[in-house]
Amino acid sequence: MRLPPFQKLIDAYGRDVHRLLIALVGREDADDCYQETWLAALRAYPRLRDAGNLRSWVLTVAHRKAIDQLRARKRVPALVAELPEQVSAPSPELPDEGLWRQVRELPDKQRTALALRYVADASYTEISLVMQTSEEAARRSVHEGLKRLRMEYQP
Amino acid sequence: MTTLTKPADAPLPDLSTAAANAGLLDIAYTTYDSPAGKLLLAATPHGLVRLAYLDEPGQEDSVLDYLARRVSPRILASAPRLDEPRRELDEYFAGARQEFEVELDWQLTRGFGRRVLEATARIPFGARSTYKAVAAKAGSPRGSRAAGNALGANPIPIIVPCHRVLHTTGGLGGYTGGLDRKRLLLEIEQGQLTF
Repeated sequence: MRLPPFQKLIDAYGRDVHRLLIALVGREDADDCYQETWLAALRAYPRLRDAGNLRSWVLTVAHRKAIDQLRARKRVPALVAELPEQVSAPSPELPDEGLWRQVRELPDKQRTALALRYVADASYTEISLVMQTSEEAARRSVHEGLKRLRMEYQP
Repeated sequence: MTTLTKPADAPLPDLSTAAANAGLLDIAYTTYDSPAGKLLLAATPHGLVRLAYLDEPGQEDSVLDYLARRVSPRILASAPRLDEPRRELDEYFAGARQEFEVELDWQLTRGFGRRVLEATARIPFGARSTYKAVAAKAGSPRGSRAAGNALGANPIPIIVPCHRVLHTTGGLGGYTGGLDRKRLLLEIEQGQLTF
């Protein structure tokens, strides 16, 4: 099977992956997650059986790394609680950041589905591939996520 | 309801250093503008594996596709990992270097072809050899034509100096990057040209 040089994947999908991770885990952790995503993909790459849908494959790896990151964060709440609040000034808020912060509060499925849909411009088919669910469930997650945002988000 | 717009873009973090540290960078490459034209340099952890002249759009892709098939698809762009050969080439074109010291990875060559290229790599700066002589050094005195083919397929031109190999009659012969380049490199080595 012919796999393209790995750099081609980074050139084609690097921006989508980075944006997706900013949406899923926030700006502070996005760079680490980005690196972990591409290293995991690079490690697995020569053994890849299907070169047909590389974008969905890379987005799947990014999605898993984001989940790992969020779980790891939940495991260390005690440590976080002891830190003084906001030692350094927070980086200036970007206009769209507030809404993505709300998205990050949503359940895993809704958050991921919304980010894939609105950050990576994924089709429902692609969302279902990345999230390993049905297309119908992908559609439902997007709609439920949007509904919840509408109820909860007060600009 | 506000629509969900894409988060503002930030610079993409570099990956090649982390990949190399994790032992996952099988080939690093960069492109480079030299006095002999645009070049692609590619290195494995063992050394420089490919130097290619880039004359037409699409050539870069075909060189990288070939490397992906023949060596490994774990290929990343990384200029810093090719600093050493770039520096040596700069010095060579400036007339300040006669011998290349960068490590070479010969894995794109084999058999008689490799022996021809290894013999060619030993031709000193400023000297000339012939197809017949390098064929003989590679163990096949009557293999001039096969030697010519091996030199034409030289994966590391300039640094493996196939431009120093001429016809027995003194004719220029052929060159992988075109005869103008062969002339240019020979003139540089005669001290007639520096950049």
